[in-house]
Amino acid sequence: MGMNTEYLKELGIIKGDEMILNMGPQHPSTHGVLRLKIHTDGEIISYIEPHLGYLHRCFEKHCENLSYEKCIPYTDRCDYLAAMHMNHGFVMGVEKLIGIELPERVEYIRIIIAELQRIASHLMAVGTFGLDVGGITPFTWCFRDRERVLDLFEYLCGARLLYNYMWVGGVSHDLPKDFIKRTTEFLDYFETQIPEYNEILTGNKIFIERTADVGVIPADVALNYGLTGPNLRASGHSYDLRKEEPYSIYDRFDFDVVVGEGTHGTLGDCWDRYYVRILEMYESIKIIRQAIADIPNGDVHEAIPKKVKPPKGDIYTRYESARGELGFYIKSNGKNIPERVKMRSPAFASLSALNEMAEGWMMSDVITILGSLDIVLGEIDR
Amino acid sequence: MDFNNIIKLLSTNHGEAISVLEGSEIVLIQAVKWSEIAKDLKENKDLTFDYLSCVTGYDNGAGKSIGVAYNFYSMAKKHSLEIRIEVERENPEIPSVEKIWRTADWMEREVYDMYGVSFKDHWDLRRILLPSDWDGFPLRKDYKEPDFYNGMPVPKDKSYWE
Repeated sequence: MGMNTEYLKELGIIKGDEMILNMGPQHPSTHGVLRLKIHTDGEIISYIEPHLGYLHRCFEKHCENLSYEKCIPYTDRCDYLAAMHMNHGFVMGVEKLIGIELPERVEYIRIIIAELQRIASHLMAVGTFGLDVGGITPFTWCFRDRERVLDLFEYLCGARLLYNYMWVGGVSHDLPKDFIKRTTEFLDYFETQIPEYNEILTGNKIFIERTADVGVIPADVALNYGLTGPNLRASGHSYDLRKEEPYSIYDRFDFDVVVGEGTHGTLGDCWDRYYVRILEMYESIKIIRQAIADIPNGDVHEAIPKKVKPPKGDIYTRYESARGELGFYIKSNGKNIPERVKMRSPAFASLSALNEMAEGWMMSDVITILGSLDIVLGEIDR
Repeated sequence: MDFNNIIKLLSTNHGEAISVLEGSEIVLIQAVKWSEIAKDLKENKDLTFDYLSCVTGYDNGAGKSIGVAYNFYSMAKKHSLEIRIEVERENPEIPSVEKIWRTADWMEREVYDMYGVSFKDHWDLRRILLPSDWDGFPLRKDYKEPDFYNGMPVPKDKSYWE
């Protein structure tokens, strides 16, 4: 059980002067180049000040100088762990601006791929979270299974991490011959793997001690900080854009929105954030199975425009990426180069709540809390 | 509530500070009234915009105004709204809403970083993505690349990059 600052002050445990510790930018637990300036009083955190921008690659400035098609590879590099989601979110915005009707097959392919990507990304989140709190085995297991998803993507489009797969109006390659068969094989295999994760991590007593009741954020505070995706759902707020504002063809599939229940402690703790991701992988499997069952035939290049030139106007699209609500604000002035592209990064909002969650906890809990948020610095810094 | 009803409600409460951008579902408001309207957006029982999704800065071109767009969504009422504030280029100033939606804290810092919009009463307005010694606001349309950065020459001939 953790104790908060107020309680410790009452007991007179907090003594001594405040100290400032520097963590990062090169630190294995910061999940990228993030620097945390941690004000501590002994072992207790009094304030955390994150310093960002070490991975800033001027994504938004680049987009103002490139045609829409050329922006897509840049979106890949923002969130390199869920690159398909970035592609999908961006092209959805451009398609809405132009008003392209997509062929059915493209929609189905996109959903299968996006959900496979969600599994890969959540595996990474779960694996590195295990590593952060000291379990090395789950990390290797997660990577073994993530590798199989990446193999599928390599078979699909030749790339393993940065795909440039979703194009405006279509996708770059149709599904290869055995893709459906291989995906089904993977799902059958993977479904038997999740219980193994539960055995090694979810129900592990040490893991529960490290994560339950730590870094609690109530739903209303989480919402105020703009937390979305698994992080908000873990606080018990049922909000998933796939259900709330179904984009693409998500309204045709039957799946549940997973919310945290506070099984091992307070609702909205690190354990809940972890377990929501595990359960979401089951939901992704469900969606992929349904999509595979009714995927129609068709030409995936049919609706790709010769020249992407949206009419004057602007649009804000929201997309449920693996990390939360991914927004693209695109302003077009009628040329083939966007006037303004703004990415609303879900991890940026999650990280801004770090101080709120970590205040009053121990140094070692900072790693736990940061790991449970599943941030990707490429997307935060853009 | 649909867009027309939201507008009706906002206009009765705030009068002339509210106008609708022609041919769209976007509300343009005056910067001076923003704190008042923001409070109303969150606390009014019929609106309850409890979630600020995105704060976007934009530039209307050299010599024109700088704008900030706020995208709201209400989890309770399931409706969304986009609000825009446009201010003059020299000394752009907008009241901060960081105390109403905590997420605006970093988002406003980002707009300040890229466009130089100063958010009044923001508790900690400084650069967030760029280094603190950066000169100028790079996403403004009239931004010119500096010749030197901390004594290092900035490459101008980029033909060999391709």
